[in-house]
This record gives sequence, C-alpha cells and structure tokens, in this order.
Amino acid sequence: MTSNSFFQVGLYVVTLLVLAKPLGWYMARVYEGEPVGLSRILAPLEGLIYRLAGVDLKHEMRWTDYAIAMLVFNLLGFLALFALQCLQAGLPLNPQNLPAVSPDSSFNTAVSFATNTNWQAYSGEVTMSYLTQMLGLTVQNFVSAAAGMATLVALIRGFTRRKADIIGNFWVDMTRSTLYILMPLSLVLALVLVGQGVVQTLKPYQSVPLLEAVSYEQAKLGADGVALQDANGKPVMEAVQTTQQVIAMGPAASQVAIKQLGTNGGGFFNVNSAHPLENPTPLSNFLEMLAILLIPAALCHTFGVMVGDTRQGWAILAAMTLVLVALILVEVPAEQSGNPALSALGVDQSANKAQSGGNTEGKETRFGITNSAVWAVVTTAASNGSVNAMHDSFTPIGGLVPMWLMQLGEVIFGGVGSGLYGMIMFAIVAVFVSGLMIGRTPEYLGKKIEAFEMKMAAITILIPPLMVLGGSAVAVMVDVGKAAVFNPGAHGFSEILYAFSSAGNNNGSAFGGLSANTPFYNVMLGIAMLFSRYWLAVPVLAIAGSLAAKKVIPFGPGTLPTHTPLFVMLLIGTVLMVGALTFIPALALGPVVEQLHLLGVGPAKG
Amino acid sequence: MLKHFRPALIFLLIFTVLTGVVYPALVTGLAQLLFPNQANGSLMASANGNSTGSRFIGQPFTGPGYFWGRPSATGPFPYNAGASSGSNLGQTNPALLDAVKARVAALQAADPDNKAAVPVDLVTASGSGLDPHISPAAAAYQLKRVAQARHLSAEKLRELVAEHTEPRQWGMFGEPRVNVLMLNLALDALH
Repeated sequence: MTSNSFFQVGLYVVTLLVLAKPLGWYMARVYEGEPVGLSRILAPLEGLIYRLAGVDLKHEMRWTDYAIAMLVFNLLGFLALFALQCLQAGLPLNPQNLPAVSPDSSFNTAVSFATNTNWQAYSGEVTMSYLTQMLGLTVQNFVSAAAGMATLVALIRGFTRRKADIIGNFWVDMTRSTLYILMPLSLVLALVLVGQGVVQTLKPYQSVPLLEAVSYEQAKLGADGVALQDANGKPVMEAVQTTQQVIAMGPAASQVAIKQLGTNGGGFFNVNSAHPLENPTPLSNFLEMLAILLIPAALCHTFGVMVGDTRQGWAILAAMTLVLVALILVEVPAEQSGNPALSALGVDQSANKAQSGGNTEGKETRFGITNSAVWAVVTTAASNGSVNAMHDSFTPIGGLVPMWLMQLGEVIFGGVGSGLYGMIMFAIVAVFVSGLMIGRTPEYLGKKIEAFEMKMAAITILIPPLMVLGGSAVAVMVDVGKAAVFNPGAHGFSEILYAFSSAGNNNGSAFGGLSANTPFYNVMLGIAMLFSRYWLAVPVLAIAGSLAAKKVIPFGPGTLPTHTPLFVMLLIGTVLMVGALTFIPALALGPVVEQLHLLGVGPAKG
Repeated sequence: MLKHFRPALIFLLIFTVLTGVVYPALVTGLAQLLFPNQANGSLMASANGNSTGSRFIGQPFTGPGYFWGRPSATGPFPYNAGASSGSNLGQTNPALLDAVKARVAALQAADPDNKAAVPVDLVTASGSGLDPHISPAAAAYQLKRVAQARHLSAEKLRELVAEHTEPRQWGMFGEPRVNVLMLNLALDALH
C-alpha cells in the first residue's frame, strides 16, 4: 500500500466515525418522537399521512402485529413492482420504448428490491424504463430500507421496555425513517452528486458524434428481423461503421443517492457505480462510499442512546470497525499486487506517481486500486452491493474478502437496521456462550437470555448459510446452474458461490460473469433472498416481543459487562468463528484454489 | 392480517407518490436549475456549437495520431455508451491473457521503437467500458507515437498532455488521470 492509500483509507474511516455520533443522536430523537429541526416542515405532513391511512400514532403493536404489518406492506410493494415491470411497455416515461420485462426476471427484481438486496440480473439502461426506475425501484429503495430500520427500532424497544407486550407502531417507525432520515439525506446527496456530474434528466438517450469512426461486425438480419445463418448454421456477419455514440441518460442521481444511503446498491446503469455518469469523480466516489456505511454506523449510536448506555453502541461499532479495517488492509494489497502472468507479457503493474498499477482489469482509472478495493470491502461489509469495479475480475484473494464479508451474515455494519439487528443476534449468542463458560444465567442489557431467545437467534444465524451452501450445491449439480458460468476452473465455482452468498445475505453484488438472468437463477436466488430477509426479520421481532415482556435485572457482580474491549473481542470472535467454520470448505474450493493457480501451483494455465 | 391490508395499501400509495414522484421530480427540477450541464450528461460543444461528446464518457481511438484510451468490453463495439459493461474475465482465465497479449502487440505494432513496459491500464478493460481516463503513465507511453504521427515536437505534446492531466481531486481523492477525449480534441484543435 502506498502512503496515499493509507491516507485515503484513514480519512474515510475517521470521517465515517465522526459523522456517526450526530446522526445517531438525531435518529434516536426521531424514533423517540422528540422534536427535531425538520419537524417544523415535516410534522404536518407526517400527521396528514397518518390521517389518510387511518393510523393512530399512539397505538402500539404486539410483535406479531408488527411483523404482519411489515410482511403485508412488503408483499404489496413486491406485487406493485412486479406489475410495473411487466406492464412498462404500455406505460409513459419510456423514451427508449423498452419492452416488458420477462416474468421470471420481474419476479427476481421485485423480490430483490423489496428485500433490500438489489441483486440485479438485468442491465439497467437496456431493460428498465424511467417510470419503472422511479416509481418502482426508487420507491422500494426507500421503503425496504425503512422497514429494516423499523425492525431494528422495535428490537431496541424490546430491551428498553419492562413487562410490556407492545413494541411500537410499524407504520410510524417506517414513516419516520423515510420522512426524517432517508429523504432529507438523499435529497442533499443527490444534488451534490449532480454537481459532480451524475445525470438527472427525463430526456431520452443522447446521441453525440464520435471523433474517430468505429468499424465492427454484427449479425446480419433478414427482412423478417431474424439473424441470417449460412449453410453451416453460423450467423452471417456484416461490417458496420458508426460515427455516433448513444449515451444512456435518466433520473440517475435521485436513485443513486438512496441506493447508497439505504444500503440497497441497485445500479441505475448496468455497471452500477463504475459508470462515469453514476459515479463521475473521486469526490462523488468518496461521498457514495461514505453514504454506504453512514446510517449503519450511526444506528449503533442510536442504539446506545435508546438503551440509555451509549457505551453499548460504541462497543458494537468498535467491533464492526475493527473487522472492516482489518479486511481493507488485506484487500488493497491483494489488488495492488496484480497478476504475475501479466508481468511476463511486458506489462508494468507497479504503483508509482504516474499510475496506480496493480490489477486494473475491471477497474476505473479515476478510482485506481485503493478506491476500488476499499469500495469492495465497504459494499460487502454493508449489505449494499453496489460496485465501482468488477468483482469478477478481482484477484482470487481480492474476491474472497468481499465474498466472506457477505457470508459473515452482513453484520459488519450490514444493511440499514438489518445489520445491527443481525449483530445484536450475535451479541446474544456471545453472552450466552460466555454465560455457559462462567456458569451464570446470560443477560444482555439487563434482560435474561433464555431458551426462546437462543432458538430465535440460532435461526437468524443458520438460515443464511443454509441458503448459500444449499443453493450453491444445487446449482453445481444441475446443468442449468453450470451452464451460466463464464470463467473456467475454480473461478467458475466462485461465481456461483458468490451469487448465493450475495442473495442469501441480501447483499446484491455479483461476480458479473455469471449469466444469472435465467429462470433457474432468477427463481433460486429469489427464494434465497426471501428466506434470508424474512426468516431473520420475523425471529428478531419475536425476540423483541419476548424481551419486552421481561423484567429488567439490575447489573450485579455476576453480570458480564458488554461494553468492554473484552466483550468487543468476544463478539468479533463469535462472528468470525461462525463465518469461518461454516464457509472455509466452500471457499477452499473456489478462491483459495484459484490463488494457488495464480501463483503457479498445480495444473493451472489452461 | 386483513386489518393491516388497508393501511399497507394506503402507505404504499403515499410512499410511491412521495419517494417515486415528488422526490425524483424535486431532484430533477433543482438539478436542471442548478447544474443544467451536469444533469444532462456533461456534454461538450465546439466553438461553433456542435456537440463533441461527453467529458465523462470515453470514445474509442485506434489511429496512431490519437491517444488511445482503456480497452472497452462493451458490445457490439467498444465504448457503446448505451450498454455499459466490464469484461468480467477472471485473473486465471486464459482469455484474459490472450486479450492482454493482443493489446500489447497492437501497441507495439503502432510504435515499434518503443521498448518500454506497457502501463497496465492501457491493456486491461475498464469496469464500465466507458472510462474516459488513462493514467499519466499510459499517456507518456504513447507520446512519441502521437508526436511522430502529427509531426509535433515531443516537448510541445508533453505540455499539452500536462495541461490535460488532472491531479487527485482536492489533492487527496482518487488517482491522477488524463481525459483522453478532451486531450484528443485539443490535439485536433492545434491544426
């Protein structure tokens, strides 16, 4: 790593941690219903929304009602987005006359955006009309994030209430998340991004002249529009020359802002934030990357404030930050080291003043190695999944790190809300394990952890690995699963494992070579996304309900303190141990084998 | 479940209007007002008003008299800005090595006297397929070839490249880089 590398990484982490405190405090006030600066403008609107929906702000729900409200709301959102894609050809704001999206792809995308995964089997600029992007995808970007935040807040109330059977009102928590947190932040970020060069327009795609005409071959079409074939059944090619470049446009900035802030990650264009009109400058890159972890980091402080002991929030944030920084320090050197096979071809991969060097395949010059590698870690630590470089072309170790971060269960920051409630599940397991070791009844934040909580926590921790390993196993056993692989050898297996790690943990990033827009993958990955979202959220709400009903035990000499460096290490140990034991065998077959091949060990090279 | 259906439907409608219509419309309106050029793709125009492309979208160059940009993996032709794409080639894929080999050979064929090692960004495909930039090293590698083809002094060309080299943003973010299309437009404007 160069000194500038260290500087850019340090600046990023420090900025993130500095912003976590004020935003975390602000969000705690929002969720506790205290007035904030924006109340003057937004409170009347908020009141109007509740009146229109016939919801009483003061009426709180039991955990079962809370869960059902969330599920029904998500189901309707899924249906609306599914219908919008299937019908887009006949709807307005479709300047490129894009056809209807296929049913299996629509299903996959609707699940993907409703579950805050934003896995994309489609290419944005050749598939989705402006109307679908705005009215469908942008909306789910907001509300799926808000649903995750609401679930977290309900869990926090489980810790703070005593002998209660209610944990808040889902509609109120979701509305406040959207109105007071996601929309204002997105508006500001979107405008700054436009200032940097992200497009925001409803005009059709723009045609501009090429300075130098380009010649290429394309399949010749017959009069009926079908590709012609010669006597041997091969397509007939014709030489074409073009002097024009058509540039895809659209209302991108408004969607890019919320895709980052809501840990959604679905790109407006096919290559996501590698696209120069989605992420044009190093500054836009820094801000987008900051936006990915901003709310997940700040929610740790919100948690601390709401449970009345800010040290609890800082301890969890410390655990997340330590793992993040450690993996950044693995990722950047892995990508900087480049590909030994290229050096043999007379290619200069060294880092110096005039070039960033390293493995530049699939990376953009303005970001170089440092910002591409840091982004890869950040986007998979969070369940964001947007990319600014093609992960499929990363070095084997460079691809292993993001894959493993997803497999850890998206709890190193993770999704907005979902990351922290996932981490609290691990904290519950950690106090339980230490309780066993010292022979005391485990407690967390004054609540006794008993068999019911442990069962629910175990479900949340075991479902994602089941989706990832089970799904990958099925895919490598069937022909339709194997046919989608693009790269040969161990890397091909990595493509499949990455896809299920991403869907099975609601991340959404991909090894893009895998042709995942097939009925098989659309359905399999869709199922993985559904299970991993709701089989986690519902047990978490069940724990919230169970904890709320308990009395609070005062802190005694036998209580394990959960704000100390010792507990931070215990928490990290629990997360890494589960993640390592579950996934090392699968990772050994993919990236580990490939790294050995790259270094010239074994029967590689062809 | 039924008692939640009505509020769920109304909340979905309200948030569809708020976040799917009002919010993007507000951003579009403000963007068009505050940053009309950026919001519409940062298109550039020549002195006589003709469009000359976008400053953020690269174009393909193969002539010896132009600086070449990053290889592009978009189809059916490079730098197709209507369908962005990376190559997705893995590091152990023989196809990646073959592609790099062919690109090195093409660069050397266009400039047989140049024995320097080729900067890696000049022979590897960008993430978007539309990368407008190359590294300063990749520009320096091509300098002699372009100077010869254009009958320019290397000194003068070096100055022009330096003018089009952007440092790290605010001195700290990202990497130094050269905008290929803008440099080539400036080259054409010399004559």
